[in-house]
Amino acid sequence: MAGQTDPHISLFSPQEVEFMAEDELVEIVPNMNMEQLNFISGDFGRFIPQIPTKVPLWLAVALKRRGKCSFRPPGWMSVDNLTQILEAERESQSTFQALPFSYVEIARLLFDHAHDDIPDKYMVRSLVEDIRDVRLHKLETNLGSFQGTSAVKISNVSAMEVNIVRPFVRRALEAFYKHDKPEADVDRDTRSSRQQREANNEPRRPLRQR
Amino acid sequence: MASNSETRGSSADYETMMSASDVELLKRAWRNEKAAPEILQYEGALVERAKEQIELVEESVEDYVENGKDPLLVSLYQMDLDRTQFLLRSYLRVRLLKIEKFMFHNLKSEEAERRLSEQERVFATKCADDLAKHFEETVLLKLPENYQSVLKQSQISEVDDMVPQPHLDTFVVCRSNNFVSLNLYEEGESPETVEMERGDLYFIRYKIVKGAIESGQIDLI
Repeated sequence: MAGQTDPHISLFSPQEVEFMAEDELVEIVPNMNMEQLNFISGDFGRFIPQIPTKVPLWLAVALKRRGKCSFRPPGWMSVDNLTQILEAERESQSTFQALPFSYVEIARLLFDHAHDDIPDKYMVRSLVEDIRDVRLHKLETNLGSFQGTSAVKISNVSAMEVNIVRPFVRRALEAFYKHDKPEADVDRDTRSSRQQREANNEPRRPLRQR
Repeated sequence: MASNSETRGSSADYETMMSASDVELLKRAWRNEKAAPEILQYEGALVERAKEQIELVEESVEDYVENGKDPLLVSLYQMDLDRTQFLLRSYLRVRLLKIEKFMFHNLKSEEAERRLSEQERVFATKCADDLAKHFEETVLLKLPENYQSVLKQSQISEVDDMVPQPHLDTFVVCRSNNFVSLNLYEEGESPETVEMERGDLYFIRYKIVKGAIESGQIDLI
């Protein structure tokens, strides 16, 4: 099981994060007739051709793969909306734009299984990837500015992003908490050693360019 | 089980609580259990209901297959069944892992023992007995007398220092379901509070949110 025994990998495997995202409701347009489905997880249907209905993502993907429906891409996945979000992400250094909590997983599944249902699919895909990159980069740079607190607010970070940074942030915050408890001397020591480590990043850059 | 007693006067919260399906409750229990460093309260009633529903669907799927019902329907029902089974099994497995990890601690601490189910308690006691016997026979009885205890390093230790305890100061990611105001530090120290609005995400020390998780106000992510 991911992460229970090894503190260096995350608690949830990516498949488990996707599993949790698959319960999100999405809209599909069925092309066949089917009775109502009385699942343990809820009741969905009836399915009537050309009448849109909301079902969980896993069910939608299953139906799509058997050619029984087509997707209606969610509102936030339009080129206009994503361009707006990308610009806003690039502008602000410290805040994240509001995106659905599972946007990475939803976008991934739609691209994999339903790309013909997405208008401007190449544009949308490259926008989503850019947004992901910008946000991850922002997360990484913000990590360097953590201070020793007991609670850090992270608004609008999505499930996958949380899962990726979780092991590092846990250990960093735990170390801060441990060192913050005793006197100021110990704090000064840890802070100065941190600065030394940051200075060491400079000489590394020329090497990378080669 | 989770009870939503402290809301900001909104019946909408109460309704969403009541209409949360068993699968959603099970998912929440599974997620909390996975993310928490110590073992949480066993959701006995939820597990029983889930088991019943799973058995019912298993039977009806068998009927469908025998009666030659549309294979598409059968496979969809099977998928839903698989997902629910996975949640249930993973939930139980995470708990077993935690029991094994903190075996002696769980039996020593009354609070932890209360959180186990009957079968888990039986498992934990048997496991602990077997492990203790194994240690004694292979190593401990051959050590000088003062060092023969499974639980203490030596006779002079005042506490059971050979017993690993769950690390409650670890940081977890949580999301608040309601407005909640929590005390950041232990009593006696400077009382700083953190206030969480509904839907806020926080990296926070587990000890601070422990009570709120039990009452259902906060979810671990």
